[in-house]
Amino acid sequence: MAHTRNPGVPLALEDLVSVNRPAAERRAASLVARRSLKGAHQAAWLLNAIACMDLTTLAGDDTPARVRRLCAKARRPLSDEVVAGLGLSEMPKTGAVCVYPTMVATAVDALAGSGIPVASVATGFPAGLMPLDLRLAEIRYAVDQGAQEIDIVITRAHVLGGAWTALHDEVAAMREACGAAHLKAILATGDLVTLTNVHAASLVAMQAGADFIKTSTGKETVNATLPVGLTMCRAIREYRAATGHIVGFKPAGGMKTAKDALGWQVLMREELGLEWLRPDLFRLGASSMLADIERQLSHHVTGRYAAHHRHALA
Amino acid sequence: MITEILENMSYGPAPESDALARDWLARGPFGHFINGRFTKPGVLFETRDPARDAVLAEVSQGSEADVAAAVEAATAAFPAWSALPGYHRARYLYAIARQIQKRERLFAVLESLDNGKPLREARDGDVPLAVRHFYHHAGWAELVAEEFPGQEPHGVCGQIIPWNFPLLMLAWKIAPALAAGNTVVLKPAEYTPLTALLFAEICVEAGLPAGVVNIVTGDGATGAALVTHPGVAKIAFTGSTEVGREIRRATAGSGKALTLELGGKSPFLVFADADLDAAVEGVVDAIWFNQGEVCCAGSRILVADAVAERFTAKLRARMESLRVGDPLDKSTDIGAIVHPRQLARIRDLVAQGVAAGGVLHQGYAPEGCFCAPALMLEVSPANPCFSEEIFGPIAVVTSFRTPDEAIELANNTRYGLAASIWSENLTLALDMAARIKAGVVWINATNLFDANAPFGGMRESGFGREGAREGMAAYLRPLDATAATAPDPIAPLPQPVAITGIDRTHKLYIGGAQKRADNGQSYSIIQDGRLLGHAPLGSRKDVRNAVEAAQKAGGWTRMSGHQRAQVLYFLGENLSARAASLEHFVAAEQIEAAIARCFHYAAWADKLDARVHDTQGQHVTLAMKEPFGVMGLICAEEAPLLGALSLILPAIAMGNRVVAVAPQAAPLAVLELAQVLACSDVPGGVVNILSGPKADLAQTLAAHEDVAALWSAAPELADMIERESAGNLKPVWQVTDATGQGRRFLEVAVQIKTIWIPYGA
Repeated sequence: MAHTRNPGVPLALEDLVSVNRPAAERRAASLVARRSLKGAHQAAWLLNAIACMDLTTLAGDDTPARVRRLCAKARRPLSDEVVAGLGLSEMPKTGAVCVYPTMVATAVDALAGSGIPVASVATGFPAGLMPLDLRLAEIRYAVDQGAQEIDIVITRAHVLGGAWTALHDEVAAMREACGAAHLKAILATGDLVTLTNVHAASLVAMQAGADFIKTSTGKETVNATLPVGLTMCRAIREYRAATGHIVGFKPAGGMKTAKDALGWQVLMREELGLEWLRPDLFRLGASSMLADIERQLSHHVTGRYAAHHRHALA
Repeated sequence: MITEILENMSYGPAPESDALARDWLARGPFGHFINGRFTKPGVLFETRDPARDAVLAEVSQGSEADVAAAVEAATAAFPAWSALPGYHRARYLYAIARQIQKRERLFAVLESLDNGKPLREARDGDVPLAVRHFYHHAGWAELVAEEFPGQEPHGVCGQIIPWNFPLLMLAWKIAPALAAGNTVVLKPAEYTPLTALLFAEICVEAGLPAGVVNIVTGDGATGAALVTHPGVAKIAFTGSTEVGREIRRATAGSGKALTLELGGKSPFLVFADADLDAAVEGVVDAIWFNQGEVCCAGSRILVADAVAERFTAKLRARMESLRVGDPLDKSTDIGAIVHPRQLARIRDLVAQGVAAGGVLHQGYAPEGCFCAPALMLEVSPANPCFSEEIFGPIAVVTSFRTPDEAIELANNTRYGLAASIWSENLTLALDMAARIKAGVVWINATNLFDANAPFGGMRESGFGREGAREGMAAYLRPLDATAATAPDPIAPLPQPVAITGIDRTHKLYIGGAQKRADNGQSYSIIQDGRLLGHAPLGSRKDVRNAVEAAQKAGGWTRMSGHQRAQVLYFLGENLSARAASLEHFVAAEQIEAAIARCFHYAAWADKLDARVHDTQGQHVTLAMKEPFGVMGLICAEEAPLLGALSLILPAIAMGNRVVAVAPQAAPLAVLELAQVLACSDVPGGVVNILSGPKADLAQTLAAHEDVAALWSAAPELADMIERESAGNLKPVWQVTDATGQGRRFLEVAVQIKTIWIPYGA
């Protein structure tokens, strides 16, 4: 990591503000309409998306075999033909692989020597409604298994009830339990509904020491949306201005296309700057998006539209 | 290559192809579009691509003869076009909308090339809004007979549009004109004639009858020929306030209807409780949209002291990420300035602002006809950049301490086009919206437009509205609006005659008190050879005093319609009680009619409701009806008491304060009103009554810069009054039915303020 970790700060409620949704929606819509990426630039940005991707499987039917297959894809996200066609000197790899705690050991094993970190969800993912000591124990278990990144979920009730101290204490305790592993705080923004809630939860999670703030579990009815992402990016910017500390951002859930990958990167570039286009500060939590990126890159190389079945499954 | 891009993550070029547009341009040089066909190209001038400093095409300079031919064609087409059932006109407008949609990319590219605006804005803004305008007005064509009974089209409309939104302004002008049944002669701006010529082709494709739409290209001289052509019944102009003034003078006394959409220096208010990041984007959409070449651009940023430093820091950071350059590149935020002359004007004004103490922070722009976005800090109201419209991507910033001071600064301008208010407190924001002098107010947003939302200005930003029902009204007139008959000359002041009977003392009525004329003179009032009495000989200074008194009576405007109704009923009651004394001056029937009129307008006082318009997107879009403030009224000579009250009552019922010039030859009954007004709880200053030389008093009122609107029932003075009104561009209504009553008197006693309130939890 290029930057020092966010140590957190005491709870500071005076920074909470009201967020205007129609204005945020207008900005989000115009953001992606204002920037266009063509040809080699589009290909480069799609490659960057792969490097920032947390390739994810978080399903009830996950098995070690399924996780191993995902890890193999994380090591070789593109075909050799496409890699050569793009003029790359080596095979790219994804930013991380993200799994349930019981799958961490399998993933660590499958990724050995690749340099790809394993991220684990924890704290009673996705709802988080478990006793705190069990949630903290789950974090410690995942770290023990070899997870370098822990994606925790916050207690939505704390946000909906305005219990900011409780939220701050909870995330701070989780951060402590993570030890050297990085903490990504999932806000489950689809449950928080208002952008004002999203903004407040973002700030409090950062004040409590989150290394990343993340939109969604992928299990809410509404997952990552650009207005939500915009609001969280602005909170990251404000937190940095107020404290000097740097926090990363991870949208997750609902993003399926190469176009989504470009849109989210444009958001990062415009609202936070170049630093937030690197995997230490930006991750895309996705599973099916990679397949679409692969097809677009294949098209860039061959000039022919690609078929899913000609590319390796994740 | 790719590994290099991965390092810097640059956007790279993303140009839109101009091949289609180049093919189309090869049809040049272009003639005019008159009577359904293109004329042979005449004297040519170049239209240029400002971004590349290259000629795009040659177009014809419209001569007086060209304008005359176009007006002739439009005149010939008018009877059949206006007689078509609305449904048939609707089908043509619908066809035009569809045809533009089919060529949307060509329109967008051509607009971007000719104007220098980013393709993205032409593609996502100008063209779809123009299409929406034709669809919306296809609807009005269908409904006009049903929804505007007793109204008829004007005839031939002369329309002159600016270079900042060429196609969109064309749509704003042509769509309602055609829907109402008018025919048009349109002159596009000298710098940007191309999309109008492409539109002419659309008219052919849509099968529009020949002569209904005519397009004559050219410069200001062509426009002037159109404005002064006697065959034109209405002029609609969008452009600079200076040219608007010239047009007002040129059309004075001609009987031509006129609407003007002029310049602005619109305030952008940021309160401490605003979503500051949202407000920053608001500034981007306000002044860094269309290169700042936007009449309603939020160009004066007024920010609460408490957040001024934080807000300007955010704004400066945001300015750095704007990309200025090739308009056809899809990643361009700000394109080229329309013409080097405009760029020079911007630079000159900015230099003046800096010389006056402004601190300039400027972004980046490439070489050529481009202007870097900029913020000018520490700009006080005395700085020319605070008052002058720059029409470039330059915003000035100043701070305020309280909401009252914010309003004071916001209204410290000759203009009144638009305003943008940022606060998460709706109570505060709506209060500000009510107090700002502007035709359009956006709350937590800026530059929102829709075909079903009225757009237009107050003060020197012009008069008349475009869009929605209110905009349609500007292309219609009452069926009984007869052509002006040759007016009677004003009678000279009478010679002295010996007094008979008991003398009565009449004085001017100013600020709720009876005052002698400032010059200490009176004149004789003679009726049927009999001396009725003497009236004070009012002069300039009495006009000044009356306007000042009216200005101070703002409490009347703030009263509710219900409260004003009570006063008007009481006025009627007291008129009745004093009927006997009034009968000395006017007939009993006239007094009875005057009393009835009090009841009529008392009834209306709380019923001329605002509208809520159905616009695209999640907004409440209100069209409020606000009084002008201080109005001048030149009363009719006929039926003196009823004539005067026919103007005074609707004006004050809507909350205006008035200075009324009583009929010169028979002012006594009106002066007699002073006593009735005083005992009827009409607050002092709400109604002021002057007598004396009508033309002199009317001239002073028409020229007065603190009088917001003027009604005249003196057709013999129309030319002079309209010419003088150009000073502050007050709307003038020539009253044709000076003793009439009804809703139309009320509609002209108010101006529309459109308030946009977006919502979303």
